[in-house]
Amino acid sequence: MPKIVFVSDTARTEVFAEVGQSVMQAATAHLVDGIDADCGGHCSCATCHVYVEDGSAALAPADADETDMLECANNPMPCSRLACQIPVTEELEGVVFRVPPR
Amino acid sequence: MRSMVVVGGGHAGAEVVVGLRKAGFEGRVVLVADEDRIPYQRPLLSKSYLSGGTGPDELAIRPERTYADNDIELVLGTRVDSIDRGARRVVLSDGRSLDYEALALAPGGRPRLLPVLAQHGPLDNVHYLRTVADADRLREQWSAGRRLVVIGGGYIGLEVAASARAMGLEVTVVEALPRVLARVTGEVMSSFYAEVHRERGVDLLTGVSVVDAVVVNGAVREMELSDGSWLRCDLVVVGVGLVPNTELAAEAGLAVDDGIVVDEFGVTSDPSIVAAGDCARYPSAQLGGDLVRVESVSNAVEQARVVARSMVGKPVAHTGVPWFWSDQYELKLQMVGLSRDFDDVVVRGDVTERSFSAFYLREGRVIAADVVSRPVDFALARQLVARGQVLERELLSDVDVPLKQLLVTTAVER
Ligand SMILES: Cc1cc2nc3c(=O)[nH]c(=O)nc-3n(C[C@H](O)[C@H](O)[C@H](O)COP(=O)(O)OP(=O)(O)OC[C@H]3O[C@@H](n4cnc5c(N)ncnc54)[C@H](O)[C@@H]3O)c2cc1C
Ligand code: FES
Repeated sequence: MPKIVFVSDTARTEVFAEVGQSVMQAATAHLVDGIDADCGGHCSCATCHVYVEDGSAALAPADADETDMLECANNPMPCSRLACQIPVTEELEGVVFRVPPR
Repeated sequence: MRSMVVVGGGHAGAEVVVGLRKAGFEGRVVLVADEDRIPYQRPLLSKSYLSGGTGPDELAIRPERTYADNDIELVLGTRVDSIDRGARRVVLSDGRSLDYEALALAPGGRPRLLPVLAQHGPLDNVHYLRTVADADRLREQWSAGRRLVVIGGGYIGLEVAASARAMGLEVTVVEALPRVLARVTGEVMSSFYAEVHRERGVDLLTGVSVVDAVVVNGAVREMELSDGSWLRCDLVVVGVGLVPNTELAAEAGLAVDDGIVVDEFGVTSDPSIVAAGDCARYPSAQLGGDLVRVESVSNAVEQARVVARSMVGKPVAHTGVPWFWSDQYELKLQMVGLSRDFDDVVVRGDVTERSFSAFYLREGRVIAADVVSRPVDFALARQLVARGQVLERELLSDVDVPLKQLLVTTAVER
């Protein structure tokens, strides 16, 4: 169970994530504010947008669907990802995700 | 101890209980839900759950543990039968009662029945689709080569048709109005989706309705249409709309009018009772305060967050613009705003390329947009609609002018 971190302007949440779930699921299971995940992880809503602050090397790159959908997010940046498209693996230990301000 | 009660474990109810904790409420939180499973994602029922990609364990909105970890009591398989507003108490179907400081109503709705079939009572091969139980029952009869008739060409009907084609069923869709998706979108989208379904082998009939049914041994075998033709069927899915569950509220004397009437804070005519989701009729900021009732996940969860704040005395007004998505075949449709009373439609992109958007304007203002596989347009459409931005149709239809630029230009002008 890697420990991953969600930070925002007002909060920092450390989460022990289960391998096999998605980073979005790890966030919603721990009520991380700002990760709404309205579509439930089906790459259809972009409400699980995060910035990878630290540790992007541990992540597999985004696929075409995700890259397209990221354009829907508020203020996408090069380090933007959809949390629902990132599977939790042991390599994610210590990775920091920033939740964008609303 | 202070105590909050939430009725209904759908998208709205599940978000209210979480919203109460996020708003810092430390008292008792109880969710009473008549379905016997933890809150789950309803949209998947007509999509990947039917086409087999998603299993029953993958439907939950949040894992069960999250509720326990946050001291949220789930009372499943139990209905709230009545509200005693004087005593601030609800009575449950198991005879227990719960006192509340504030009560949230999120009972959603139920499928509208089709009288020509409903008059026969329950039929083995007639299905409505709202719950996992409905979907499981449908899946038992869901096998390649069987003849499925879908009654109703709305989203749910068309998604069921697409999922059924993916599984190799023979599909006929019967829509009473002259075009599919007529209640929710304009002509461009309707004819686009009609063509897509026909291309995939769906027999799509519009402007006809079912007028009679031959029932043998508790199952429909054949149906007569209004044009005099007959359709044979192995199974039938009816998707002809939703009836909001307002009885509980009405019996308690709350204001009800095709939905539980609430203000912009989600508060009903009783200040200690709020309502959210498919059941709630609220004043729309985009429509100058006209009352609307919207059936979408984004609307349910946004309203839920608003009512949770109202319950704990930290009110914020609901201003969100509702949006919706629909997956059919490989196409991703996203819609924002309410495309009603528009006076102009501007198409951006190429319909034949299956990547285009339809923008709905009223007096030059963007009030809604439907977007097929153009996510960038959708992102910007949400902002255009939220602002009610006035745009030149020539600029909007010119794909060489990036939408982002239109947004920026106007922002600077302000
Ligand atoms: C097949 C299907 C596909 C859909 N696809 C999409 C989509 O792609 N995108 C989208 O945005 N939306 C979609 N929707 C709509 C979306 O699911 C609804 O808008 C959303 O579920 C509304 O949430 P809600 O909590 O208001 O109501 P519901 O989800 O209906 O939940 C209400 C719950 O309360 C229970 N209840 C009612 N009365 C009582 C009582 N007295 N006591 C206890 N419990 C009670 C009900 O049984 C139900 O479980 C779809 C809906 C369906 C059915
Ligand atoms: S949860 Fe909707 S795109 Fe990630």
